[in-house]
Order: sequence, then structure tokens, then C-alpha cells
Amino acid sequence: MESEQISLSEASMSEIDRELAKYPPDRRQSALLAALRIAQDEHGWLRPELIEHVADIIRVPAIRAHEVASFYSMYDLEPVGRHKIEVCTNISCMLRGCDKIVAHLKDVLGVDINQTTEDGRFTLKEVECLAACAGAPAMQVGHDYYEELTAEKVDRILEGLQ
Amino acid sequence: MSRQRDRSLIAERFGTVRQAASVCLPDPSVKTPWKLETYRAGGGYTALEKVLSGQIPHADIIETLKLSNLRGRGGAGFPVGVKWSFMPRSSDVQKYVVCNSDEGEPGTCKDRDIMRLNPHALIEGMAIGGYVMGATIGYNYIRGEFREPYDVMEEAVREAREAGFLGKNVCRSGFDFDLHNCLGAGAYICGEETALLNSLEGKKGEPRFKPPFPAAYGLYGKPTTINNTESYASVPAILRADGNWLDGQWFRGLGVENSGGVKIFSVTGHVNRPGNYEIRMGTPFRDLLDMAGGVWKGRRLKAVIPGGSSVPVMPAESILKANMDYDSLQQHGSAVGAGSVIVMDETTDMVGILERIALFYYEESCGQCTPCREGTGWLYRIIRRINSGRGSMEDLDTLLDVANRIEGRTICALGDAAAWPVQSFLRHFRHEFEDKIAMDRANAA
Repeated sequence: MESEQISLSEASMSEIDRELAKYPPDRRQSALLAALRIAQDEHGWLRPELIEHVADIIRVPAIRAHEVASFYSMYDLEPVGRHKIEVCTNISCMLRGCDKIVAHLKDVLGVDINQTTEDGRFTLKEVECLAACAGAPAMQVGHDYYEELTAEKVDRILEGLQ
Repeated sequence: MSRQRDRSLIAERFGTVRQAASVCLPDPSVKTPWKLETYRAGGGYTALEKVLSGQIPHADIIETLKLSNLRGRGGAGFPVGVKWSFMPRSSDVQKYVVCNSDEGEPGTCKDRDIMRLNPHALIEGMAIGGYVMGATIGYNYIRGEFREPYDVMEEAVREAREAGFLGKNVCRSGFDFDLHNCLGAGAYICGEETALLNSLEGKKGEPRFKPPFPAAYGLYGKPTTINNTESYASVPAILRADGNWLDGQWFRGLGVENSGGVKIFSVTGHVNRPGNYEIRMGTPFRDLLDMAGGVWKGRRLKAVIPGGSSVPVMPAESILKANMDYDSLQQHGSAVGAGSVIVMDETTDMVGILERIALFYYEESCGQCTPCREGTGWLYRIIRRINSGRGSMEDLDTLLDVANRIEGRTICALGDAAAWPVQSFLRHFRHEFEDKIAMDRANAA
């Protein structure tokens, strides 16, 4: 079934090398978090074979990579849309009306939390405190933060994400 | 491109908020404070140069920090100079300095702005720490979501390396120190220092038993000191002491007894002007609230969580009498924590707030210790039951019972942090929980 060869691009491999260089040569596992992140950035999500491929690159047993991949919240172990929208719903954002932002996003995208739009464009998620509390309500889309959100601002942001 | 414009806007937002001295947040009149040349023009890296000149015994630097009364800004408030003195400087094993930039305590957003606006202060502080503690490598562990601060830090490290402030033979002193920025991957628990070390080793972020403490057995089992971003970034200004080199009294005098210096308070929630305010320790809460534009919509103050979601909530009448320092907040029943001041107006539903806090700790418990793993789930489910109209009065006693059974029975402080909000919300706002339960019962009947 899985005839597809899992691999990482040269760019990803050299990025992993740069991460490995930050740590002592006998401490390759330290770069495991980064390597998983780089693999996910390239492939969109971490399928089990990809996690094991990363384990091979870092030279750790596969279980170490699975442990890490399942422990940290930023790793996607299931497919996600092209744009992952994560709305902070913790207290500072809650006090500034994040419920309206979440409701608006559900409405506009036609999905619930943890669902992906049919066209595969957006996945909607809630996230724990993003440490952007002075700019509440806040959300993260991919690597970028958006703050002081209103429904209108959210619409403009969505338009820019194809 | 747009990022740079955004960062200038942050500085503008801080326009009115530095009160006594610019220590961690740059003066808002300074354009592009994140650049090396700007930082240098303001006296940046002169403390590192002075320290490395060989004319100052490292013990004097530790004494200055002790005298300055700089206490750890990550939440625990442990004196930085004392922590640095625990490191076995003269031992020739590899030692490490680590910065905890895993900012994630709900309500806290200061380290993000220190890194975006003043990355070189952090680098200089860590390099000084490396020299004083005999560590040649530093790691700045940045939470995974902070891609922008990470990029800013990476650029600053590159600048510092090119200018000879990092790398081999720093400032031609013979001292080697290199600094690496590392990204986490989404886990509040990694803000706990030993969980952070495990994460740096490429493992699950599960806290370790203490002792042994990191100064004896830290990263890779080697002596390690971990400080918060704001703590390291405060060090260069403290040593410069506004021109009175190594006069710890300067910083100390900006604050009050037991709480030296200025500190950033992140004021968020129901205020007119949320933001980061670098103010004198000991400033009355009333003044801080005024700086933040007061309670929004002309409403009255109901409650404040003064140090991030883990510290006890304070009703308005208590916080309005308190000052923003370690002793005063403690006397009034709470703590400085990470300086994360969450303001709630009179319309706030305290049951809903506590449900959200309980969900957070349930989500973020690492699962290592049974009281925390199971107890945080109990707490959340009971509060959710009450909040959804299906609670009973006995639930309130069960809540306290569960909270009390978590507190003090776990490897790290996350268990305590989950218990304290429950205890304090019920201490001060129990009537709201009781009223809600009674009303829901009456409606059901």
C-alpha cells in the first residue's frame, strides 16, 4: 500500500543540519523537535512513516520520535488544511470577546472546531494562550500572529489566504 | 517588511508607559531598537566589554546582582544573583546557561516583546551570565509559536556574532561564548525549567525531580542555570547602573524593599489600554490601572489576577489596596508571578472564567503525576457541570477537596497552579457559584 517513498527535500535536510549544529555532536536527539517541525512544514502533516523517517535521520529509535510528535501540540498527526487557523480562547482573549471571533469563523468557514473546509483551504482550531494577551483577541495562522481581531479584520485576513 | 512596521507600532503603544528607567523595554522614541547599531548607540554591550576586560572579579558581578535585588521574572521570584552563585564556576566540566523564553502563562506577553524589540539586551545578559558562571554555550528556548520573535533573535545573534560579541574570543578577551535559539513545539509545561531541559534534549517535556537541581545536574546532566528572558535582559542595565558602574543600589532603589528595580507588567482584559508597562516595583495597583486607561466602558472593577492564571484571584477591594511588588501582593493574598495583570470588570462571570482556567491546566498537564493528570480532569469536569446548569452544592466541596489533594503532591508546580485558582475563586466568589447552582436547580424544578 505504502509504495510512496517518504523523503525530505535538500532544503529541509540542510535546515536539519543547521539545527544539529547547535548541539554537541553526541546529542543529535536535541534536534528532534526541529526536525519534526521541518518535516511537517514540507509535507503538511506528520504521517507515521514520516515520523519514522525523521527518527532515522536523527538516529533515534522510532518510538522516541513518536513520543515527541504526540506530546507537543504543534505537530499535526492528521491532515490539515492549507491554512491552519488557531484562535486563542484563553482568559485574556475571552475577556476581549474571542467567542465572537470563533463564532464568526465557524459561520464564515462553515466548519466546527477541529474541522477542515471541504476545499481543503482552512482548518479551524482553538489554541491555548499565545502570549499575545495585550493584543487580544488574537489568533495564529500558520506562522503568523494576528491581533486585536474584529469580525471585519478576520474577513480581510481570510481573503488574503488562498 | 510589514513586520518592521508592526514592531514600530508596538513601540508607539509603549509610548507612555516606561516610568522610571528603560531596562528591558527600549525607549519608544528610539527607532529600530532591535538593531545592533541602535543598541550600541544606547550603551549596549558596554557591560559585556567591561565584564570581559578582566578588571572586574566575577564575584563582584554576582554581588552587584544580589545587591540590586533582581528577582527571577519568570514567576518564582528567586534572586538571580543567588542563583548564579550556585554554579560551580571553577569546575572544568561543560556548563550551560539557558534562557526560558517559553512564555505561556495565560495573561503573560512580555518576553515576546523583549525579544522583538530588545533582542540584544537578552544576548548581552546571557553572555555576561556565561562569563560569570563559566559557561561557554547558551540556549534560548523559545516557545514554538513565537516564529517572529525567533526570527528577530536569529538575526540579532547573527549581528552579535559578526561584531565579536558572541563566538570564539568574545571582545578579544579569550572567553568563548556561543548562543543558540531553539524553538519548542507547543507545550505550556516546558516553561517549567526541568521540563524545558528535557525538551532541549529532544524529549517529551516532562519535569524532573528536584533535587538534583539544574546547577548540579542540568542540560545533558551538566551544571546549568535557567533564567527567564526578562531576568537576563535586565542584567546589562543593572551593571551599567546609569553610569555608576556596578552600583547595585541604582536598580534596587528603583523599587522597594525586597522587590528591586522596575518590572514589566502585562495589563490585559477589561482595560482601555492593554499593554506592557515597565514600572517601578511597589507602584500602587491604582496607578498601574490608570496608566492602562482604567477599566473599560466606564465599568467598575470586579477582580484582578495579578500574576498570570496560576496565582490567586483578588477581589477589587484587595487589589485596590495593594502595590505591585512581591511583599504587598503576598500580604493581600496573591503573588507577582510573571507580572500578568488580568483585569475583570463588574460584568465578568467568574464561573465561566474558572472553567476556562481549569480547562487550560487539564489540557496542559503532562500526565506524569497521577494527582495532576486525573485531578485537573476532575476539576474541569465539575466546573463545566456547574457552568452548564447541572451542578449541585456538594460539587463545591468536592472541587475544594480535589484541589487540596493535588496541591503539594506533584513533581512540579503545575499541580499547585491548577489548584490555586480553584481555591481562590471559591474563597472570594463562592456566592456566585452557589447562586448559579441554586438558580439552575430552581429552574429545573
